[in-house]
Amino acid sequence: MLKLGVPSKGRLMEKTFDWFGTRGVTLRKSGSDREYAGAVEGIEGVELVLLSAGEIPRELAAGNIHLGVTGSDLVREKLANWDSRVAELARMGFGGADLIIAVPQAWVDVATLDDLDAVAAAFRQTHGFRLRIATKYHRLVREFLRDNGVADYQLIDSQGATEGTVKNETAEAIADITSTGETLRANGLKILDDGLMHASQATLFRGRRTNWSDEQRQKLKALQMVLGI
Amino acid sequence: MPTSSETLTEARRLRDLFAAKGAQVIKADVLQSADTLLDLYGEDIRARAYLTSDPLRGEMVLRPDFTVPVVQMHMETQADPARYTYSGKVFRKQESDETRANEYVQVGYEVFDGLDPAGADAEVFAAIAEALDGLPVRAATGDIGILMAAVRGLRTSEARKAALLRHIWRPGRFRALMKRFGSGQVPPARAALLAADDPFAGAGPDIGRRSKAEVEARITALRADAATAPIAREEMALIDAILGLRETATNVLSALRDIAVDMPAIGDAVARLGARLEALGDKGVDVAALEFEGSYGRTSLEYYDGFVFGFYAADRPDLPPVATGGRYDALTARLGQGRAAPAVGGVIRPDLVRGLR
Repeated sequence: MLKLGVPSKGRLMEKTFDWFGTRGVTLRKSGSDREYAGAVEGIEGVELVLLSAGEIPRELAAGNIHLGVTGSDLVREKLANWDSRVAELARMGFGGADLIIAVPQAWVDVATLDDLDAVAAAFRQTHGFRLRIATKYHRLVREFLRDNGVADYQLIDSQGATEGTVKNETAEAIADITSTGETLRANGLKILDDGLMHASQATLFRGRRTNWSDEQRQKLKALQMVLGI
Repeated sequence: MPTSSETLTEARRLRDLFAAKGAQVIKADVLQSADTLLDLYGEDIRARAYLTSDPLRGEMVLRPDFTVPVVQMHMETQADPARYTYSGKVFRKQESDETRANEYVQVGYEVFDGLDPAGADAEVFAAIAEALDGLPVRAATGDIGILMAAVRGLRTSEARKAALLRHIWRPGRFRALMKRFGSGQVPPARAALLAADDPFAGAGPDIGRRSKAEVEARITALRADAATAPIAREEMALIDAILGLRETATNVLSALRDIAVDMPAIGDAVARLGARLEALGDKGVDVAALEFEGSYGRTSLEYYDGFVFGFYAADRPDLPPVATGGRYDALTARLGQGRAAPAVGGVIRPDLVRGLR
């Protein structure tokens, strides 16, 4: 049996069902709407597991599910060496969002990471603490800023309403996902010219654990044939 | 993971060896106050530190190394010269390589000696070399102080020198800054800002802790920077020459003396290297065979600002260094709030030593 993990609610679930549906594999929730069990039609031997999108990377890496649909940003954030633990089978073309760094529009002197770095140095001297960047993507932001040589910042954990942290003075800048940038603008923020960390979209991943049976490997091949990927 | 008894035996042997050289055996708390400690370290150690919160003491961190607690302890006694040794676990998250330990024992030897820095550098290096005697290791050395002196000696604005010094430990950003400062060009977005009649036209609401006055101050600084002449090509070449040095220590010393003719600012730092090599020779180190790299220690050994060294398993490039160390005068100055206590030290990982036996 091949276990396929799919986000358990919302637009991501519906779009995933649509994506599989147009390719000849019907996924649906079984039983009542609150139950997180599912059914698969159009191919034998694939079991649907409904999970929170945030848990799918971990479950894939652990081998508890074999395939999973989740945002490519979540996989990169939650799994160290993500590409050695999961592999991309198909980018699904929805759920697109950019992971970006944004600063107040009032910072007319800041357009690039180079500016942000210089401002971070001056900010630390003036205020006595490191410039705070609010985010929930700690690993991705840290790696990105390290690769780009930005120093003198600190990450502040923000699991929601991140765009409001600057106005509330709990952070000076933010790193978050955005699709249209509208919420950012509404909160007086702008994206750095070179502040795009990752363009995320819903992606079908497979786990790379080596303990798959021959039957599971054949099953995956069959599914890929049906889906045309 | 529990430390094996072999590792503990090795750790004891190393600590006893250092104690026999007159070092006072000291201990430090596993849980350290996060405030002081994390503020002093670079992003790499900060990101890899295990943070925890205590309802009464605030944010605490599992010690990522012993340097800060040792300096704090020293600052209270102020004895000079002073020697310390310790043995204990340190904790660092491994973010990409699961095979590397996230807690391991370090045995250290630290010397505070303001009167004879060259002698202290040689003493620490020789003590570590002696402790690793007979093992298949190779030593690498460098000197961050020479690069810093070269940057301070550039004929350019203090602001540009400060920006470069701040990024000594980030080679990519350092190179990018050098390139820009040498080009005489202003990035397009910045040029547009400086050309604008009202830089704040269309600026959004004034939100957050960074005030409009701070933005204005930076615009003034950017104007001054745009008017600064580019760093001369010859000076750029000298910095590149220093960074590109990779030779035996004696040959490097000779090359640096040549460079110092065109760049007198590094004269004192080169003289210190000369004195150090002499002191190392007196300690029985074969300096004619010692490796020296101009950019050694720039990526991994943040907070060292002079002599730096590491010992590596000769046939195991996959292993972390068996021992590392260096001079950290600036760190003691910051911790001592102005009272400097020149210091140099090194640490050995007894688990890796065991593995090489």
